[in-house]
Amino acid sequence: MEPAFRPGGKLSKLESVYDGMETFLFTPNTTSRSGAHIHDGNDLKRTMITVVVALIPALLFGMYNIGVQHYLAIGEPASRLTMFLYGLLAMLPVIVVSYAVGLGIEFISAQIHHKEIQEGFLVTGILIPLIVPINTPLWMTAVATAFAVIFAKEVFGGTGMNIFNVALITRAFLFFAYPSHMSGDAAFVKVDDALGMGGGTVVDTFSGATPLGQVATSVGDPVMTNILGKPIGFFDAFFGYIPGSPGETSMLAILIGAAILLITGIASWRIMCSVFVGGLGMAALVHLPNLQSLTYPASMLDPMMQLCLGGFAFGAVFMATDPVTGARTKVGQYIYGLLIGVFAILIRVYNSGYPEGMMLAILLMNAFAPLIDHCVVSFNIKRRARSAAAKVKEG
Amino acid sequence: MSTVRLKKGFDINLLGAIEGADVAFTAPPRSIAVVPDDFHGIIPRMEKKEGEHVIAGEPLYHDKNYEDIKVVAPVSGTLKEVRRGERRHIDAIIITPEGNDSMTLDLKRPVEEVLLASGLWVMLRQRPYDIVPAPGVRPRDVFVTAFDSSPLAPDLDVVLGNKREYIGKGVEVLSGLTDGKVYIGIRKGQSIDAPGAEINTFVGPHPAGNAGVQAANLVPVNKGETVWTLDIVTLARIGELFTTGKVSHNTIVAVDGEQVKTPRYVQTVMGAELTTLLKGQLKEDAGESRIISGNVLTGSKVEADQWLRAPYRHVTIIPENSNPDEFMGWASMSPKRFSLYRTFTSWLRGLKRPVSMDSRIKGGERAIVRTGEYDAMLPMGIYGEFLIKAIISGDIDKMEQLGIYEVAPEDFALAEFADTSKLELQRIVREGLDRLRAEMS
Repeated sequence: MEPAFRPGGKLSKLESVYDGMETFLFTPNTTSRSGAHIHDGNDLKRTMITVVVALIPALLFGMYNIGVQHYLAIGEPASRLTMFLYGLLAMLPVIVVSYAVGLGIEFISAQIHHKEIQEGFLVTGILIPLIVPINTPLWMTAVATAFAVIFAKEVFGGTGMNIFNVALITRAFLFFAYPSHMSGDAAFVKVDDALGMGGGTVVDTFSGATPLGQVATSVGDPVMTNILGKPIGFFDAFFGYIPGSPGETSMLAILIGAAILLITGIASWRIMCSVFVGGLGMAALVHLPNLQSLTYPASMLDPMMQLCLGGFAFGAVFMATDPVTGARTKVGQYIYGLLIGVFAILIRVYNSGYPEGMMLAILLMNAFAPLIDHCVVSFNIKRRARSAAAKVKEG
Repeated sequence: MSTVRLKKGFDINLLGAIEGADVAFTAPPRSIAVVPDDFHGIIPRMEKKEGEHVIAGEPLYHDKNYEDIKVVAPVSGTLKEVRRGERRHIDAIIITPEGNDSMTLDLKRPVEEVLLASGLWVMLRQRPYDIVPAPGVRPRDVFVTAFDSSPLAPDLDVVLGNKREYIGKGVEVLSGLTDGKVYIGIRKGQSIDAPGAEINTFVGPHPAGNAGVQAANLVPVNKGETVWTLDIVTLARIGELFTTGKVSHNTIVAVDGEQVKTPRYVQTVMGAELTTLLKGQLKEDAGESRIISGNVLTGSKVEADQWLRAPYRHVTIIPENSNPDEFMGWASMSPKRFSLYRTFTSWLRGLKRPVSMDSRIKGGERAIVRTGEYDAMLPMGIYGEFLIKAIISGDIDKMEQLGIYEVAPEDFALAEFADTSKLELQRIVREGLDRLRAEMS
């Protein structure tokens, strides 16, 4: 079968796909030719798959919560299983579209460059459905994914070469190209049926805005309510029974994912922790009695609540820690993480146009990560030069 | 005398280690070869022709640029063949041993001249560039490592054999060639008697035994400086030369690895053919083997009908490909699939117990994605990842600034093992060093 896929063969246009599938199914047979004769068992495939595994709790809870919010909205009781199935059916098309568009482009690009298909999109493909509001039309998701994969990744050279996080570029594209679909009442709670399941009419008291959306538009002391108008507390936000993008609502599911990433050592704990520290510090600062003000309603939020709401935790755990777009030096990682946390809250509180600051904060710091690293490395270079100069003097 | 503690690095514990320190004897080899690739930086110009008789210690070839740098015959006999590869590159110079005569050098000549003519000069390495040192340059310091920390490495105390008594003389000789000091790096529990040298103890995993790593942690090499590195066995050989006037080409070699029946030390000659060395030692029915002259990280792949390569002290034999059709290996939950990283489960059973490892790369080559992998394997105060990137992009200034003068390919060998992106780091570093050298001359 193989020769057909090699240059000159009938199916040579599919060589990259064939290689990709072969290395996916079988461990590459190649043995080392130069240099070290033995190699560690870990490769990028395993690394990426582990990230996908870490995303599964957030994915499953996200599906469940879509069902929870839906049946609340149409005022019908439903079993947990029904809710989950509804959510599954609602998310499945998004996942399929994300992978089909992204992988399709990757396959074509790999074939054009005669390279093996790389696994970078495995993670991006699952991140996109988790951060895009569930009511986003599929064609928009497709366009945004295509834009992000081509212009944020392939033009830079593919996996490992991108400057900006590809999933976040997808969301940013949607956010700026189709703002009306990305916020407000209608974006985050799916009220119509999912592939024929769970049809019904929406109850009168329904309001689908996310807690942060409510805070941003509130006048006076902000009160956050669920979609039926009941006030929500810290634990609703911690467990995730609130409207929002599928992956981001449950702090608990995200923390399980964080534990997987930290135990396996894939994510940098330096980045992850410093994002939380930076966010908490900034949230506490704006919450100080003389700084909080009704002009900026988000400043009235309790700091812990700030971290549980919106995409903060999801961004801190899964997006900021992307090693390709983040800072790579140890010192740089602390600075990078801290600033993401600080900027996310800063944007949230003082820019009422953007109730959610995490996406922009991470993209901003993606742009600055190389500069941070450059400064850290330059410091090392200067230190070396100084110690060399000192020695010359001694001698 | 101080103790340096190194935290970075890792000791890979492979199956097939040698127990005890007994040295076995084998039949004398029927052929001996010198492989010019072992002496990086030297462009060979033959002095002997095929069919000519050579005496042990007599020059076979010299360097094109420095005619005084000689590479000598390890045994007496007939020069059987100068085997050439592509573009007339000399692959090996093969000698059929015959007779026992050997050259005696006139020790009244200047020390450097004797060393160059003896053939021991090419066993030295200089930093920068990790090449055979250029004559006429006085090194700032000399760094001697007294132990080999690489996987399944021979105990250099065993390899020293009866040459131990010459260490003191060796230090004396090298002290005369440098304005600085002769540093000897030992491991904990080792004792070396060498007045005149500064002896430091290194505690920590591989690559603590690399002379370059030891240098970087004592007195780093800066631009414009030159240091020499060598191992304690070469030091003893130099001492012996300046005591007896003769170079000993006998050597003790560790033959070990998973595919070896009884891992052991064997007494033989530099450049000995592997056929006699390994006779009856390979496990039968154990699948295809890879024979490595050297250790699994930096050694050279050799065929069973080839020869022992410099530094002539280690042969490791591992399985070539123990699982050719492994299905979805990346999804493996088996704790037997060894990985330093906790993405696999091998850490649950402990990474210190002996493991089987074959020569598969176990993944495709990728751009550098994960952070800090190289730095964790490189105890040198160097930003390894940034240095590698600077080399790949050919940025000479950056390479210099990031400390390329301090490193040798062997220092990156462990990082190459650990690299998730499966880049050929040793090749990259070697190309960077060669490029820099070409640029500077």
